[in-house]
Amino acid sequence: MNTLKSLFIAGICLLMLFPLQAHAEDKGGVDVNEIVFGHIEDAYEWHITDIGNVSIRIPLPVIVKSETGWHVFSSERLRNGAQYEGLYIAKEGAHAKKIVERNAAGEEVRPFDISITKNVLALLINSTILVCIMLGCARWYKKHDVSKGAPRGGVGMIEATVLMIHEDVIKSCIGEDYGRYAPYLLTAFFFVLTNNLMGLIPFFPGGANVTGNIAVTLVLSVCTFVLINLYGTKAYWKDIFWPDVPTWLKVPVPLMPLIEVFGVFSKPFALMIRLFANIMAGHAAILSIVAIIFITAKLGPVINGSMTCISLIFGIFMSMLEILVAFIQAYVFTLLSAVFIGLSRVKEKE
Amino acid sequence: MGLLTPDPGTLFWMVIIFGFVFFILAKYAFPVIINMVDKRKKYIDSSLEAARQANEQLQQVKAESEALLAQARENQTTILKEASATRDRIIAEARERARVEAEKALDETRHQIAAEKESAINDIRRQVAILSVDVAEKILREKLSDNKEQLDLVNRLIDEVKSNNEIG
Repeated sequence: MNTLKSLFIAGICLLMLFPLQAHAEDKGGVDVNEIVFGHIEDAYEWHITDIGNVSIRIPLPVIVKSETGWHVFSSERLRNGAQYEGLYIAKEGAHAKKIVERNAAGEEVRPFDISITKNVLALLINSTILVCIMLGCARWYKKHDVSKGAPRGGVGMIEATVLMIHEDVIKSCIGEDYGRYAPYLLTAFFFVLTNNLMGLIPFFPGGANVTGNIAVTLVLSVCTFVLINLYGTKAYWKDIFWPDVPTWLKVPVPLMPLIEVFGVFSKPFALMIRLFANIMAGHAAILSIVAIIFITAKLGPVINGSMTCISLIFGIFMSMLEILVAFIQAYVFTLLSAVFIGLSRVKEKE
Repeated sequence: MGLLTPDPGTLFWMVIIFGFVFFILAKYAFPVIINMVDKRKKYIDSSLEAARQANEQLQQVKAESEALLAQARENQTTILKEASATRDRIIAEARERARVEAEKALDETRHQIAAEKESAINDIRRQVAILSVDVAEKILREKLSDNKEQLDLVNRLIDEVKSNNEIG
């Protein structure tokens, strides 16, 4: 079983090499920066691999509202710096790799851009997978009576995970009003987990750096922020604006309240950065380790061979670690959200 | 840094997609799973309770049957004891009654015998008296065939009466 798993992961790592190899052949040299950031950053097309000179990619729809109105077209039209309806992808500057247009003054500006980018498509795919799994799970329960026993296999695994989050995290962290927050926290957990795990699959439809995108984590942490403060108790707000500290810390300069208010924002902010940084760093680390092979390609067969071995071993190790991290980050995000919500539900001290 | 500024397009889609996923999962998936698990928990609890009760009942039934058995055994002994006592009593009574009857019969017989004896004796006495009177008559008739002897007798009798009177 273990050998099988290792082989599987090794296979995944090998598959990962294809796009990189193509790069190496094209230019003769390797631009690691380009490889890593090209993967981590969003894109208007989904580049899968290159075979010979043929690049296999999925062009994605561009949806832009520029000064001249709405534009919807395939991103294929913007390839290689082409310009289409006044829009083009900026090569450098503040909006590098984003669609820009020139305004009347001749400056590059960003139009209102809601294109289906690589990350958005990955979000859609992953969400569809998640919803299908969960609804399939729910369907199982509709078909089976309680007296027929607990589910086995996949449904059993999902149930165990749901229960783990629901009982150990949500119930124990929030306390009595947990029912109001359980759906969001469970959704957040499985959403993050699915996207994390899908991101670790190196080929289409996985491999997108979704939870390593700050917009995604921002939305999640804003949801948590809203839930924390929307139902905050009186005691919670009192602790922020009139904490139990010596009076000179509150009046005339509201030192402690300032710190507390800062804390209100820093908690979800930390959630956002933690998830984003962990996943992004994981992707970057795996890619960098694999890129070692191509960097050392010029240094002769001995060094290249040995480095390939090292890279492979580290690559497997990192992939394993990232699977763990994928779970831990989803768990930590949910756990901390639950803890913060629990803190906002504090009761007045007797 | 491009990485650290959230892209409005991604933000827009993320809000929509996450909202949609949240809506579907929160409405159709998680409540179903959690409800079912709760139901199953209750079902297991109730099953355990039922099993406990059944066990208790079984124990009770067992104890009851044991008690019943013991009671039956006790009854058996009592009945046996009573039966033997009754038997003994009946036998004793019968014996007693038999004895009494026998006694009674014996008594009666005895009485009868005594009465018979008495009557026989009386009979004999009478016969003897008659006989002796007859004999005396005959003797007297023979003896008193002449006058002299008749006078002798009268004198003797008078003497006798006299002497009797004198004695008396």
